[in-house]
Amino acid sequence: MGDNLFLQFVQQLINGISLGSIYALIALGYTMVYGIMKLINFAHGDVYMVGAYVGFFAATTANLPFFPSIILAMLATGLGGVIIERLAYKPLRHHPKIAILTTAIGVSLFLEYTTMLLLTPQPRTFPPLLPNAIYHIGGLIISFQQIVILAVSVILMILLTYVVNHTKMGKAMRAVSYDPDAAQLMGINVDKTISFTFFVGSSLAGAAGVLVGIYYNSIEPLMGIMPGMKAFIAAVLGGIGIIPGAMAGGLILGVVEALISGFISSTFRDAAAFAILIIILLIKPTGLFGKNEHEKV
Amino acid sequence: MKVSKLSKSILTAAIILSVAAMLTGCGGAKEDANTIKIGANLELTGNNASYGSSAKNGIEMAVKEINDKGGLLGKKLEVDVADNRSEATEAANAMQKLLDDKVDLIIGPDTSSGTLACVSTADKEKIPLITPYGTNPDITVDPATKKVRPYVFRTAFIDTFQGKVMANFVTNQLHAKKAAVYIDNSSDYSKGLQKFFVEEFQKSGGTIVASEAYLQKDTDFKAALTKIKAENPDVIFVPGYYQEVGMIIKQAREMGITQPIVGGDGWDSAKLAEIAGAANLENCYFANHYSAKDTSDKVKTFVTNYQKAYNQKADAPAALAYDSVMIVAQAIKDANSFDKDKVQAALEKIKNLEAVTGTISFNEFHDPVKSAVILTFKDGKQAFVTKIAP
Repeated sequence: MGDNLFLQFVQQLINGISLGSIYALIALGYTMVYGIMKLINFAHGDVYMVGAYVGFFAATTANLPFFPSIILAMLATGLGGVIIERLAYKPLRHHPKIAILTTAIGVSLFLEYTTMLLLTPQPRTFPPLLPNAIYHIGGLIISFQQIVILAVSVILMILLTYVVNHTKMGKAMRAVSYDPDAAQLMGINVDKTISFTFFVGSSLAGAAGVLVGIYYNSIEPLMGIMPGMKAFIAAVLGGIGIIPGAMAGGLILGVVEALISGFISSTFRDAAAFAILIIILLIKPTGLFGKNEHEKV
Repeated sequence: MKVSKLSKSILTAAIILSVAAMLTGCGGAKEDANTIKIGANLELTGNNASYGSSAKNGIEMAVKEINDKGGLLGKKLEVDVADNRSEATEAANAMQKLLDDKVDLIIGPDTSSGTLACVSTADKEKIPLITPYGTNPDITVDPATKKVRPYVFRTAFIDTFQGKVMANFVTNQLHAKKAAVYIDNSSDYSKGLQKFFVEEFQKSGGTIVASEAYLQKDTDFKAALTKIKAENPDVIFVPGYYQEVGMIIKQAREMGITQPIVGGDGWDSAKLAEIAGAANLENCYFANHYSAKDTSDKVKTFVTNYQKAYNQKADAPAALAYDSVMIVAQAIKDANSFDKDKVQAALEKIKNLEAVTGTISFNEFHDPVKSAVILTFKDGKQAFVTKIAP
């Protein structure tokens, strides 16, 4: 029985990590946008949904295989993100934060209900773009899709950290994040830098949308709400604005949810996630990876 | 001040919108002396959309058949459809819209949660409401007062019966001693079925080894399934709706859970095989209202006509909605009147009405007394197992 319990524990870790890597992928985009604009982009979860739909139509209507579908979804959501920023957020950049936050919620509702209007609220069955091989390793079960999702989020996180810390664009991003006005005086194109951030953050959400579509084989217009909120918790948990923090926060949240479902009760799962948010905000508002003052990219 | 200007313009916009809404709302309320208006409150979109679209087909087919034979008492039937988006609050809104449209009676909603949101309004407005597919006992009997709701009827058998049927089936035919239950915590239907299944299963000596729950629109069930797998049950009872059940079956089979998975009539949708995958549906069973494979003349004619009209197989929601129209038509004929109170009285007296989903007689609780069938899957297609009388 002890052995069995250990096996169950490891299996729950695997379940949690695969769920957590999805939260992490979405949280990366949340955190990037927050880092540069101090804006919690509530529409981010819906950009993820749009990505899933672009991937769906690429795979069904255009009959494309996995890589072209996901790249198309990333391009489309990336561009979408840039357009959202230009039309909805940029005009409000110098207004009080609350105005832009409210606008973000508006954009979120706009995306949800426009999709519902155009594509009906009907859930759609996503085509199996990736092989669904299942590996049994000493009583544990891992699927190929779980490995792909984890690998994609780790690779994207490393790539992002590299871009932010070691490239010219990354330097510009960090500069804008510290002080947009000073950065502008130093000759940095602030608009372009913010657009770039939105492009990258939104395309990550698009990638997550396609991966989730394949993994759970079902998508619908409101699919972004819950994962969007969970990813927000993950970003806060890891320290909002910090890229490795988003990754760690996502994985921790996923594992906690799986362990709660597995060893306490599945009914407490969501309560646990939101309890974490409240506890973090009370005890360490800057998050696990956050420093006390300058929680910048 | 900036703020007050903004709030003023918002207020103006709100007034304009609400006036516009009122105007369009009134536009629909025309009375035509030569038709009887049947209001259909259905799940046309959302998670249970497959029930709603089938029910709409079933209702329209029945109405067409009646109208082709000259209508009822010299009047033609007309259907007014409102979408409740598979949500309880929207079901109450759709009900209000139908009342504003001055319908003569209401069919639907199809889900238990949706119907429960409408029943007290039906009684208050004294308008007969018949739910084709709502199976929760509380729909026709108010659980607080234990009194029958006078204007509410149903065409489906109830969850008490359905839960018992499934419990007896897994005990007697699958020889299960240990069962796990995995329910949809956001659905009255699922919680009700669980209760009656567990009661009956324990009465016949079985034990429940795991009791887990999920919520509507969940997508990841692996954590709870891992826990269920570790308890090694003989059977897993998943009394949910096809959207989540499809994903649960898929994920369970991927995790190497090979035990039989059983459920209720919420599984009846072509979408189930699409989501779960045909191969994963082996060794799955569910209780249903009728089987399209039934050889009785009534069923055969219905299935053939339905296939001809809509080019798809008639599922239980379609058959029950069709029967619902036939039941109210019979009641109107018996009452020889369109008066809502007379129709209500006639509905209470419906006896031995030959319908597609069995022979229908209402008992004192406004529930039909009729048999259930157990279905399984062969290559993703439904297959008949057995028929169980009440």
